Amino acid sequence: MQDKILDKSEVDALLERLGSEYDVYAPLRDQQGSVEWAALDSSSDLVWDFSNTGVSPKRFVFPQTECMMRFNNRSDDPEGMIMKQEQGLQRQQALLNIRPCDAKALKALDSIYCRDQTSNDVYWRDKREKTLYVGLACKSPCPTCFCTSVRCGPHYEEGLDILLVDLGERLLVRTLSEKGAELASNLSDAPDEAKQQAAQQKEEAEAAVRSQVGLENIQSRGIMELYEAPMWDREHESCLNCGVCTYVCPTCHCFDIQDETQGEHGRRVRNWDTCMSWLFTYHTSGHNPRGTKKDRFRQRFMHKFKYMPYKFDVIGCVGCGRCTQSCPVNIDVTEVVGEMNEPDLN
Amino acid sequence: MQELTQQIRSAAKRLLQEERVDCVLGYREGTVPMRERPFFAYTPEEADQLVWTRFCVNNLANFLIGRQDRVAVVAQGCVSRNIVGLIQEKQLSREQVYVLGLHSPGMVDSAKVQAQFPNRVIHSVEEDGEELLVNGADFQERVKVRDVKRDNCYTCTHRNAVIYDEFLGEQGEETGGGNIDNVAAPWENLSLEERWQRFEETFKDCIRCYACRDVCPLCYCNQCFVDENQPQWCGKTVEETDVHTFHILRAFHCAGRCTDCGACESACPVGIKMRRLTSKLEKDIRELYGYSPGLDLESTPPLSVYSPEDPEPFSTG
Ligand code: SF4
Ligand code: SF4
Ligand code: SF4
Ligand code: SF4
Repeated sequence: MQDKILDKSEVDALLERLGSEYDVYAPLRDQQGSVEWAALDSSSDLVWDFSNTGVSPKRFVFPQTECMMRFNNRSDDPEGMIMKQEQGLQRQQALLNIRPCDAKALKALDSIYCRDQTSNDVYWRDKREKTLYVGLACKSPCPTCFCTSVRCGPHYEEGLDILLVDLGERLLVRTLSEKGAELASNLSDAPDEAKQQAAQQKEEAEAAVRSQVGLENIQSRGIMELYEAPMWDREHESCLNCGVCTYVCPTCHCFDIQDETQGEHGRRVRNWDTCMSWLFTYHTSGHNPRGTKKDRFRQRFMHKFKYMPYKFDVIGCVGCGRCTQSCPVNIDVTEVVGEMNEPDLN
Repeated sequence: MQELTQQIRSAAKRLLQEERVDCVLGYREGTVPMRERPFFAYTPEEADQLVWTRFCVNNLANFLIGRQDRVAVVAQGCVSRNIVGLIQEKQLSREQVYVLGLHSPGMVDSAKVQAQFPNRVIHSVEEDGEELLVNGADFQERVKVRDVKRDNCYTCTHRNAVIYDEFLGEQGEETGGGNIDNVAAPWENLSLEERWQRFEETFKDCIRCYACRDVCPLCYCNQCFVDENQPQWCGKTVEETDVHTFHILRAFHCAGRCTDCGACESACPVGIKMRRLTSKLEKDIRELYGYSPGLDLESTPPLSVYSPEDPEPFSTG
């Protein structure tokens, strides 16, 4: 790890270096005035004051619609009906100003998508390896953020190649990987005063995270105890079972695979899917293991806060608060998790 | 508004105490700015959590579908019209619901408020008469309600509940002030190419989360056409063809039934204006059939019946 310094007026030089090797994306202001991820054309478009994007950047590694293979849809052709894998990402990509929580989310998903030989998702791995993560530390967390409660934080470093800290006219550039160090190699070292300023910002930002959740009781409780807790009866009541919470979430990662044909062309595509939908678990037999709205509602929270910690020692949530913010009926993740963690579940 | 909140609470307590109903469906305070949450109160104590503000942007009729118990429901104009619609379509019986009718103040579009404060995080918003008090970590500013209402609330035609068992507060102005026919079909005057372009732009950011469908009291199908796979009417991707198919078909399924409550637009996480389709279709229904949805328990929605006199202006022979 090294701390370098970069004047904001010299960001262009860094971008030029980036652009020569990577397609660069960043949170940018769109026509409606909201900040969402888009391809970066000019450094003047960069936004330094934003909370976070409404939709997470997971699509750069896990596109909502992704063609996996193609085939010639002809059974009379000896070459027909044979799946041919799609080429991976053609050019490397850089996610500039990604929030630390969103980078951590992708890191957490590695434990699902490429943990070992048995879970080696080539599509995920391809894009993970070809992506550079240049984070931007959070200055003013939203009221819905609770990152510090889930092993994350406004200056969290895991999953990043570089962490930028906005010091006003200058950026502190903290290199966190070889790739990051190489990119920042020609920058000068940060003076102590800048390092102190960044450290102070970190403290202030962490203190400004107002929402907190406890997880200790969830951890110590058995799975069935939580699963059967009476709390789910009321908590799920107004849930619509739509897909908003899972689609805006940086750590939700379920998908559905479909073969599509048109004339002689065929392809295998995977699309995001959501555990909130009844169709997600519906069997061909007609049985549905998660047949009720309550089952599906419970799954989302159990998966993130019990099953993932239990299986991989990873919390399936980074505390970004997007689900709370975008839910049409304001189901609040911190409230539900708070209930799961109550000393008395009854 | 606080007065109405009190009236809702006392009506709810009375109905629960007298065991007239098993629960009261209303709103309780949300945890994020400008979004109250649908809430079922089962006891008089729980009824104390009920609120009524300009941030009640769901359509509560949606939460009545499939319930077996007796429910009292807080309903302004559009919601009461959807209750009528559900009764017409036999999804609900009149006896099962107790309608606490209200006059709608016109609800707030949170995106319009946020748009006035770019780069600033809003921590809370309070109502203060005809203004909103917007609070952030280091600012407090006022916004006029009339500048930030939802589009559909400007052109509302029935702000008072159309059916009710009890009306809370005063009946008020029936319309939102705007004329729906003037804005219902923003693309009618565009050339074919421009119209297509507008259409593509309108839906380009859709992430197919289906919140617009799931929040809508018209979309109660056990299996929506987008979830069917034999045959598969609609692909699952976020490519244009599939996104467009979803939106066009959904809009047609709502034709002659949509009350323009705006719950779909309020629910969308990416700000899609899907009313651009439904409001055009409702205008067509008014012009072709002289019908507005949800006003009369005895009538039958025009697209649910066949009549030899049905207009066929699209048929060119
Ligand atoms: S929690 Fe909210 S966003 Fe998620 S499915 Fe339920 S209603 Fe939709
Ligand atoms: S569950 Fe909610 S708060 Fe946690 S990472 Fe997902 S969207 Fe963010
Ligand atoms: S709510 Fe918005 S993003 Fe979701 S399916 Fe509807 S239009 Fe698309
Ligand atoms: S879009 Fe059509 S099929 Fe789907 S739920 Fe709505 S009315 Fe039913």
